[in-house]
Amino acid sequence: MTVPKDIPDKWFPIVLPLKRKKQKGLNGAKSTKKRTEEERRVRANDREYNEKFQYASNCIMTSKYNIVTFLPVNLFEQFQEVANTYFLFLLILQLIPQISSLSWFTTIVPLALVLSITAVKDATDDYFRHKSDNQVNNRQSQVLIRGSLQNEKWMNVRVGDIIKLENNQFVAADLLLLSSSEPHGLCYIETAELDGESNMKVRQSVSVISALGDPNNLASFDGEVVCEPPNNKLDRFCGTLYWRDKKYTLTNQNMLLRGCVLRNTEACYGLVIFAGPDTKLMQNSGRTKFKRTSIDRLMNTLVLWIFGFLVCMGVILAVGNAVWEREVGSLFQSYLPWDPPVDNFLFSAFLSFWSYVIILNTVVPISLYVSVEVIRLGHSYFINWDQQMFCSQCNTPAEARTTTLNEELGQVEYIFSDKTGTLTQNIMSFNKCSINGKTYGEGTDPLGPQPKRLDFTPFNPLADPNFCFYDDTLLESVKVGDTHTHKFFRLLSLCHTVMSEEKREGELFYKAQSPDEGALVTAARNFGFVFRSRTPGTITTTEMGRPVTYTLLAILDFNNIRKRMSVIVRNPEGRICLYCKGADTVLLERLHPCNQELMNITSDHLNEYAADGLRTLALAYRDLSEDEWEAWSESHRCADKAASCREDRLAAAYEQIEQDMMLLGATAIEDKLQEGVPETIAVLSLANIKIWVLTGDKQETAVNIGYSCKMLTDDMTEVFIISGHTVQSVRQELGRARERMIDLSRTRDGEKEEGMEGGFMENGFKEAQEGDGTGGGGKQLQCPSPSPSAPPPPSNLMDNISGEFALVINGHSLAHALEADMETEFVSTACACKAVICCRVTPLQKAQVVELIKKHKKAVTLAIGDGANDVSMIKSAHIGVGISGQEGIQAVLASDYSFSQFRFLQRLLLVHGRWSYLRMCRFLCYFFYKNFAFTMVHFWFGFFCGFSAQTVYDQYFITLYNIVYTSLPVLAMGIFDQDVPEQRSLEYPKLYEPGQLNLLFNKREFFICIAQGIYTSVVLFFVPCAILSNATQSTGVPLADYQTFAVTTATTLVIVVSVQIALDTGFWTVINHVFVWGSLGLYFTIMFALHSQTLFKIFPNQFHFVGSAQITLLQPVVWLTIALATAICIVPVLAFRFLKVDLKPQLSDTVRHTQLVRQKKRKPVGRSVGGAWRGVGSVSEGRLGARGSRRSGYAFAHQEGFGELITSGKNMRLSSLALANFASRHSSSWIDTLRRKKNSHAHTPPSASGESSPAPSCVSVSVPPLSNSSSVLGGTPDIPIEEDRGATLVQNTQTVAASPTQTPPASAPASEEAAVLTPAAVRAHGGDSPGGWTVTLGTVQEALFGWKTRTTASNSPGPPSVAKETSQIE
Amino acid sequence: MGKVKGKSGPLARRPDNSAFKQQRLPAWSPMLTANTVLPFFYLMALICMLLGVWLLLTVQSTQEIKLDYTEAGTCDICFEKRKNVSNAAQTCTCTVVFPIKKALKGDVFFYYGLQNFHQNLRRYMDSRDDGQMVGRKTNLKNPSSYCEPFTKNQNGLPIAPCGAVANSIFNDSFTLTYHGSSGPSIRVPLLRKGITWYTDKNVKYRNPKNDNMTLAQVFEGTAQPLYWQKPVYELDPLDPTNNGFINDDLIVWMREAAFPNFKKLYGVLYRASQPFTKGLPAGNYTINISYNFPVQYFQGRKEVVLTTLTWFGGQNHFLPVAYLVTSCLILLIAILLTVAWWKFGKNGKRMEE
Repeated sequence: MTVPKDIPDKWFPIVLPLKRKKQKGLNGAKSTKKRTEEERRVRANDREYNEKFQYASNCIMTSKYNIVTFLPVNLFEQFQEVANTYFLFLLILQLIPQISSLSWFTTIVPLALVLSITAVKDATDDYFRHKSDNQVNNRQSQVLIRGSLQNEKWMNVRVGDIIKLENNQFVAADLLLLSSSEPHGLCYIETAELDGESNMKVRQSVSVISALGDPNNLASFDGEVVCEPPNNKLDRFCGTLYWRDKKYTLTNQNMLLRGCVLRNTEACYGLVIFAGPDTKLMQNSGRTKFKRTSIDRLMNTLVLWIFGFLVCMGVILAVGNAVWEREVGSLFQSYLPWDPPVDNFLFSAFLSFWSYVIILNTVVPISLYVSVEVIRLGHSYFINWDQQMFCSQCNTPAEARTTTLNEELGQVEYIFSDKTGTLTQNIMSFNKCSINGKTYGEGTDPLGPQPKRLDFTPFNPLADPNFCFYDDTLLESVKVGDTHTHKFFRLLSLCHTVMSEEKREGELFYKAQSPDEGALVTAARNFGFVFRSRTPGTITTTEMGRPVTYTLLAILDFNNIRKRMSVIVRNPEGRICLYCKGADTVLLERLHPCNQELMNITSDHLNEYAADGLRTLALAYRDLSEDEWEAWSESHRCADKAASCREDRLAAAYEQIEQDMMLLGATAIEDKLQEGVPETIAVLSLANIKIWVLTGDKQETAVNIGYSCKMLTDDMTEVFIISGHTVQSVRQELGRARERMIDLSRTRDGEKEEGMEGGFMENGFKEAQEGDGTGGGGKQLQCPSPSPSAPPPPSNLMDNISGEFALVINGHSLAHALEADMETEFVSTACACKAVICCRVTPLQKAQVVELIKKHKKAVTLAIGDGANDVSMIKSAHIGVGISGQEGIQAVLASDYSFSQFRFLQRLLLVHGRWSYLRMCRFLCYFFYKNFAFTMVHFWFGFFCGFSAQTVYDQYFITLYNIVYTSLPVLAMGIFDQDVPEQRSLEYPKLYEPGQLNLLFNKREFFICIAQGIYTSVVLFFVPCAILSNATQSTGVPLADYQTFAVTTATTLVIVVSVQIALDTGFWTVINHVFVWGSLGLYFTIMFALHSQTLFKIFPNQFHFVGSAQITLLQPVVWLTIALATAICIVPVLAFRFLKVDLKPQLSDTVRHTQLVRQKKRKPVGRSVGGAWRGVGSVSEGRLGARGSRRSGYAFAHQEGFGELITSGKNMRLSSLALANFASRHSSSWIDTLRRKKNSHAHTPPSASGESSPAPSCVSVSVPPLSNSSSVLGGTPDIPIEEDRGATLVQNTQTVAASPTQTPPASAPASEEAAVLTPAAVRAHGGDSPGGWTVTLGTVQEALFGWKTRTTASNSPGPPSVAKETSQIE
Repeated sequence: MGKVKGKSGPLARRPDNSAFKQQRLPAWSPMLTANTVLPFFYLMALICMLLGVWLLLTVQSTQEIKLDYTEAGTCDICFEKRKNVSNAAQTCTCTVVFPIKKALKGDVFFYYGLQNFHQNLRRYMDSRDDGQMVGRKTNLKNPSSYCEPFTKNQNGLPIAPCGAVANSIFNDSFTLTYHGSSGPSIRVPLLRKGITWYTDKNVKYRNPKNDNMTLAQVFEGTAQPLYWQKPVYELDPLDPTNNGFINDDLIVWMREAAFPNFKKLYGVLYRASQPFTKGLPAGNYTINISYNFPVQYFQGRKEVVLTTLTWFGGQNHFLPVAYLVTSCLILLIAILLTVAWWKFGKNGKRMEE
């Protein structure tokens, strides 16, 4: 049965005390005196008894507030923020008249604004939580009350109730399964929402109760359950059921947990054990710990610094005040005596310090945090609104679930990706097969039209309409009645553990434990060998329309060590036959020697399949005589009954019969990649983002996927495999990998030719072998040279590794590598690699790897995954992305961003993330600038006003400056700014780098902004000061009065910062125009209004600036002052920026420039960007073909099948074979064996298309295996890459000649190479993912198909166009 | 923005394809290219240069005479006298003689100036009650607490106008006499009205509504500021309409200066009669000063300034010089930028191609 996933408890480090508190709160009076529950007692159908314990009801509440508590609780929470408390403190200071240098409203207005904006946001969030809570709480469930079923809302379900569940319903609470409609009290559940596993699990009720069956009996059921208190362990439950004076042990096997879905079971009854917040689902759904972006942290540091700066200024001015009061102020006392409490200059200085703290507090603008939030919210909406991140198949738009991380998306350096469901669709499709040495499968013709999908219905009414297959030769072969083909499909229809469900005649549903098996059985079904049903002893199929019932004699089930499964059946004629399918590694060793030749061919095919990233299985059969069967059956029975070492003895028995088999062929199943995965990975790696795949899959599968999604490429210098089992071996392997890397990059840097040569000889996969050797434990004594204590090489050496390396590490090695003393070594090795694949990792390890990089690299990490096993990783990474795919919603719930396709990641990072980062940086720079420019004027004025804390500006100006006059333009810039259009940032992934290097906003940039702000404030103060002190109106009235000065300075300030924002804004939309001009207009309007007679007449003491604006702004000299000050402020900035763009243009400047010049043929930049990349590519070009060893995979579920359940018929047991001790020992030895065999056969077998295909494993061949294999498979050569172009041309012409119908778009002129290449390139890849991709942009293809662009770069007509011309001639 | 698409079918949750939501609003993205920046710099330099030259020429036509009379002439006696507070009530007049070598042509403005007098201290500036000065009866009798300690006199009567600003009003007065080379000394006629902001005189300062009462009756029950010799309703004995809060000198004083050294308008030459129709002719002048305002407490200086004006004020050399310097700097930067662009520029090169 299903082995419950080995989830370490640490995986859920989540139970928050806060959460618990909240739950207590919501349970109201009941739980106030709730003690920690030590055990739980639940009696069925006895609400009164259960109520004594005051268990939580099934009502869940994730919301924080209700209408009454909202205001106090929210305010309390907000004042826990340091910033808000600080401003509250300022407010209190301002109420002291001796200190108050500003009116109270200068602080309270912005504070109130900030608080209310946050409150509105919190209220909206909480409203939605209320809504979703209500929705869940109001779901209906059927509860057995007093013997009858009644519909109840979920929230009204109590502990101890018996509820009825129907097929496909969500389980409402944690239930003890009592009875089910299925025999033996079995029921099937899907736990995708809970743990992310999409395959079905079986639960069984305690057998005595399952006999109760119907509601009437259940109504009188009065068993009592005593069990553990609520906890968050998904895989464990222990309890006891007392019923009719008997004790029954309860395990997790009897439990249905909330969040599961009932499948394949008509109905079942369950007793509620845990409800609502006590359920394991809720116990696990702790809130993600609050994530902060690095900009946030930087911002907090800077704000602290500014506080320090503020205090310094306060101290300077206070000292100044002390001196002034002593020297001058004391003499001035007759005109202005000290205020009563002040009796000496020191006290006056003390007060002046606080006064200046109030005045200068605007350097730490209160609106900073709220503006940042608003901007992020805007960016989040843009993500939500992005149509290009909308998946129309699943009708899911992208969703920014956290609104606080957007700019971090522009700084990602490491991506940790899950494989299944993230890179792949988790859909298996039967893709190719090799039967008796002949390969079938879709013809991948890069030039021809898509082959037609086969229509099975006329041939087979039972066919699955969703099944796709394109090669009609296979169908022909079946129709003709080829015995091998028939045997092949018969095997597929018999040898499996799939369950079938036939609702109506002909409507078959297969329930397979692994999608691979389902794909195989479905394939057999479509080709006429339909598996109909099974009983413990029989299998009924319909073979070519004829029903046949086989007697099932034995199932030799799959396990991870055997890597194969067999069935022994007796056909109606009475012949006994063993059918076996399994990993080629194990199966090919157990063949009858006469299969040698077929095996060679088949293993060639297997290699080709594996090279395409397909999961392969070899199939074989063996006819058994009655005697053989009897003999074996006896020994099997013995083994089965053995008390000790049952597993081992069974395995030995199986081994005994699975010998001398006859090879039938091989299957290839495609683990379909998601759309656009390879392009996305290529683009992201061009953007210098390192991608690590962390998967629970086996090494082979993971490596295969790595190849098929172009993470690993054949032109990689070397792929290291770490699979040691001991600390020493892992350390050695890591050390060796590093040495190789340093060696290679050194030789390569010195003399490239030699470097290539060196890499040539070494095959990465040998590493694995050696690793295994040491894993055996014998080797570490022999080679102690890389001593365990040897320190890792200096990191700078490792940082300068050139060349492309990849690292594949196994889960058990990873466990050692993650230990404290080795982690630095591991990090330095792994980070020097371009691609890292960790396979067979547990969820905990995933999180550990992420934490490791976070700790050692100080880099921004992003984790992307779709299943519950990725939750830990998603939570621990800086940014978690959930794929809302098939595996439930756990990952999405834990994530910060979610969308449904992996390929949207490039848009999320390169477009949205980049923009967000850019905008946020520009926003912050400007924001600090404008506040310093604004505030520092007071500082300078302090020296002229006796340090008396007189402000320069009108108090209304101070109040409104940050929230009205200057907030909107900078918000518009922060929300809408773009430096380059979105297409460009995808085209030039290098544009992403400034974010990773944190170039746009760091401490240096901050100081530049501050310096600029201070410079501006100097100009703003001294220029008007110098001009106005001598200027007069034309009537002779001097302009040196305070009010004129205040108005002039304020106006200059507003104009200067507006000009500055205009300079900073790179993207002037209507909104920017409206905001910039609007703010200016608003400034003048409000100023005129505040200085108007009307207001003055009402509040003469508040608006004593009456008339200032009108009179001041009518003075030409004031405008001359403003113009002069603006020019002095802006000119240096402008000059500096121009120089920067002109002398050291950033890539974005260049891109922008080219955009501006409208150079459609983005030649200059394209070359410089792509060129760098291609440089690397071309170096490793010589190494093509070195990748001799074949990659293989085999398709099976990772757990044992339903085999035992099927044969035993009823009794189910869990055989818990630990997954972890699976070892990939066989990974390479068989390859070498094969290779040896192959080399002994001098010839290579002819392939289907009649071309001679070089054996892929031949080291000398310079054809890259990828294109090679696809050329063989597709019957059409791919666009060639080798130096020998002549040969290619011949091949091409041949192909075209062979298929004259498949002409390319004939009208394409030869000069438009790119245009020709694009469809060609895409179609060439169709072999890997027939789904087809959206045609992406030129650079992407350059990146992906680097070898193709080489033809472009060489300015010679590319082979495809030549081929096309040839075809036209013909 | 864009149109909302019909929401139905499998695309029901598809975001709208509006230019706003897809961030594709039409926009202008300017860039700092040599084509725009360099001409802009040259143009700026040129404009600043022209402005500077023009302003300089304008300023050259003005004349200004500054006379520090703190201890000048016979004022040293008064200076000594004012050192002692107990003499505050005693009057003291003194005379300062000065020549005007070149006639001041056109309108001539007479200022008094104070140095080192901080009208811009926070508490000083706050120490006034605009409600009182706009003629509110409640404030008249009950001045704002901001006026502390100049709210009430020792008898408990509210002070009008209250506060430190009004209290410290500059109370020297001047008479200027012209001694022509021939003929008798002529008193230079000064217009002492119209020297305030229009809004101040007509909006900001109002006497309490008097309902046919005399000003004295209106101000009954209030006390004059401590340092004043006369109550506020007797400030101008010559013109009864210039009394109370709307007295020009008071209004001028109440408009606080931004910096510790300032000058305030005292009067304008009345050019109706000879020989002043064209301004102040050259010759010797004496100023008779009623020397009341003590400056030695705060180490201040007092001066009078006679000046002719251009449209932007007196002899203000800073403005034209600043413009000229700025223009030179911009020009310099522009040249440097051009060189840098021409020699090393990357974008520039590309654009040439």
